[in-house]
Amino acid sequence: MLTPAPTAVSSSADAASIPLVDMVGIDKSFPGVRALSQARFELKAGEVHALMGENGAGKSTLMKILSGVYSRDAGSIRLNGQPVDIVSPRQAQDMGIGIIHQELALMRDLTAAQNIFIGREPRRFGLLDEGALNRAAQAIFDSMNLRLSPTVLVESLTIAKQQMVEIAKALSYRSRVLIMDEPTAALNDAEIAELFTIINRLKAEGVGIVYISHKMDEIKRISDRVTVMRDGEYVGTVPAADTPIETIISMMVGRTLTNEALDIPNTAANPVALDVRGLNRGREIRDVSFSVRKGEILGLAGLMGAGRTEVARAIFGADPRDSGDIWVNGSRVGISSPTDAVRAGIGYLSEDRKHFGLATGLDVRNNIALASLERFVGPGGVINDGAMHETAEKYIRQLTIKTPSDTQEARLLSGGNQQKVVIAKWLLRDCDILIFDEPTRGIDVGAKAEIYKLLNALAEQGRAIIVISSELPEILRLSHRIAVMCEGRLTGTLPGGTSQEEIMRLATLREAAMAVRHAG
Amino acid sequence: MTDTTATPAKSGIRISGAFHRLLAFSGLIALVVVFSLASPNFMQTQNVLAILQATSVNGVLAIAATLVIITGGIDLSVGTLMTFCAVITGVVLTNLCMPLPLGILASILAGSFCGLISGVIIAKLKVPPFIATLGMMLILKGLSLVISGTKPIYFNDTPGFDQIARGSLVEAILPAVPLPNGVLILFAVAIFAAFVLSKTALGRYTFALGSNEEAVRLSGVNVDRWKIAVYALAGSICGVAGLLIASRLNSAQPALGQGYELDAIAAVVIGGTSLSGGRGTVLGTLIGALIISVLANGLRILSVAQEWQTVVTGSIIILAVYADILRRRTL
Repeated sequence: MLTPAPTAVSSSADAASIPLVDMVGIDKSFPGVRALSQARFELKAGEVHALMGENGAGKSTLMKILSGVYSRDAGSIRLNGQPVDIVSPRQAQDMGIGIIHQELALMRDLTAAQNIFIGREPRRFGLLDEGALNRAAQAIFDSMNLRLSPTVLVESLTIAKQQMVEIAKALSYRSRVLIMDEPTAALNDAEIAELFTIINRLKAEGVGIVYISHKMDEIKRISDRVTVMRDGEYVGTVPAADTPIETIISMMVGRTLTNEALDIPNTAANPVALDVRGLNRGREIRDVSFSVRKGEILGLAGLMGAGRTEVARAIFGADPRDSGDIWVNGSRVGISSPTDAVRAGIGYLSEDRKHFGLATGLDVRNNIALASLERFVGPGGVINDGAMHETAEKYIRQLTIKTPSDTQEARLLSGGNQQKVVIAKWLLRDCDILIFDEPTRGIDVGAKAEIYKLLNALAEQGRAIIVISSELPEILRLSHRIAVMCEGRLTGTLPGGTSQEEIMRLATLREAAMAVRHAG
Repeated sequence: MTDTTATPAKSGIRISGAFHRLLAFSGLIALVVVFSLASPNFMQTQNVLAILQATSVNGVLAIAATLVIITGGIDLSVGTLMTFCAVITGVVLTNLCMPLPLGILASILAGSFCGLISGVIIAKLKVPPFIATLGMMLILKGLSLVISGTKPIYFNDTPGFDQIARGSLVEAILPAVPLPNGVLILFAVAIFAAFVLSKTALGRYTFALGSNEEAVRLSGVNVDRWKIAVYALAGSICGVAGLLIASRLNSAQPALGQGYELDAIAAVVIGGTSLSGGRGTVLGTLIGALIISVLANGLRILSVAQEWQTVVTGSIIILAVYADILRRRTL
């Protein structure tokens, strides 16, 4: 078994020779996806080690393996030099590995103390000992210098305080390894400072911290070393202090992906199809304004949680907005529901086709007709199946949808063809403004190229298109213009054919940096 | 929709549950006042005792349903399980001529066994609770008829059986208050369930499961085991309800039972327990069950046709939940 939790002195002595965690040659596949290939990671006691990479690089997967959420397909994990097999979250906790998940894993209806000790409640005479529970939680809060009542309900806490509860929970296991997955995603500057104070204190006590983040300035501020991953593979480890941000970014995006020559049509003279002015929604969307011309493809780039999908949903009326106007073809339209948006000619293709885009139980024909059903209603309210069939066939030919017939169930089609069915639905509805949210997610490479071709053709026909994508090569390949978001704000607009580095720079531009930029 | 987004911190006190219970409680008081003014017969001791007696079976079933609903599940089988337990008791006492304590034990064991089966189907086979307990409801309905040969089983050979619900221990001490034992049993079950929910690990996990099951799993808790335990406990409480109804009728009526689950769920919902899980109280459920019986009784005294009673109950359910939604929106 493991050595009992040693004191800070002995663990930092260990650090010189044996790393706290040593993961080598880790492979992990999910059905249809290779998530990790020969990935590696090393963590010393008392260091903050940043783990970076683009969305889908495999950071979270690797850490879920370390924390027992997933099991590895191959590779070895050593803890203090001892080979270990981590098969469950419980076991990881017992070994002193704590993880704070990106989506906070708290029970909102329980108190802070009850959350911290879930599964390990102190008991007296077989009953829960709430007094001991609260005292133990208070002791941890005190050690963190955190002012929080153990009996407060988690649902009444801010996200930042909930995060603190998660950290307290991890510490209560005497964690020697603490994994933080995008801990500052929902925090403001003051809260981040508070978090960093706690991280520094833990570090001084010899806890090794894995810090997953996209935010360059934070990485520079808090971490000692940076390991970069790309496409599930290890790229390299560099010291945080002496490595320029540009170097880290180029490690993240790689040089292997060549940009195909992009033919950007001149659309400057075209009329503006969609104009979004001063869009606000909570802290997710902050004063976003942009416009798209007819025949133009606007890429909307940004990291996960930057607010791209939120902007799309707000424009489409799927979520209410706090303020902001939407103009279509030069006149202001009131959009408060998707029905209004569709009437104004806006179609939204959700990133989650199965949930929001496609009626998977219906056949291809009915899916195409879904948004325009009233066109096929004949005398007496009876649906004219013949006309519907003809229309469906037309779109199947036009978009080369591969399906045995228009009565095939939509769920049996491949991802790419499902996407085409959704596109056909909006084309039939005369939507001239199309918002594509992750149009090629879950679609294989061959079909991707076809979807790209289709999007270009739609633009050539004069439609205004917004493409949201987490894949920078995709954004670069498609967009005539690129708007970049970070933390709910539009941090800049770039011409098509710009570089990945430039997009990443804007996508990691924090509020503070923005202020400086505007002042300067 | 707004529920999933972060609620801004306002105060550490839970307002929601307390508010809803207060609302339900004021509703109950209002009903009592209205009916008292409308009819002098309403507040007669006999009538009040009748209301309480009428609440006992539905109240016990509703407490069973409360436990399951707090985990985020649902149990549609509580009504027919109650009948099944009553029939089992009939078999043990009347057909096998066993002593009374064994009959009581058999009912409670049969209940917890069936609850255990439901729990295993839900936790291990991953069948959604609605479907699993719908199936269980029909299975038990059929089994009750099969075992009893579709005929009621009478307890005439077991003296004292009818005293379980109909006798009054209180009357022996306080002759002025002939509170039926059935009501005492309801209170005992309520206190027991409230104790389990607030003081035991099982209760803690009941709330935790309904609040965020994945988080509980990631905390290393054996989620399946606790979930099964909740269904088993709910089942054994249905066993108590089976004893109550059999004692009141002095017989096990195999055709009875279906429909009771809806009254039970109605009481739970009126009492402020969230169908999405994570929150709820036994006290709220008791108030909910009382509201339903007071309504039924009061409307009957006012000579409103029985058909209209269900219309009113249905409207109250919708109103109760709408009031909760309204409060969430404005807060």
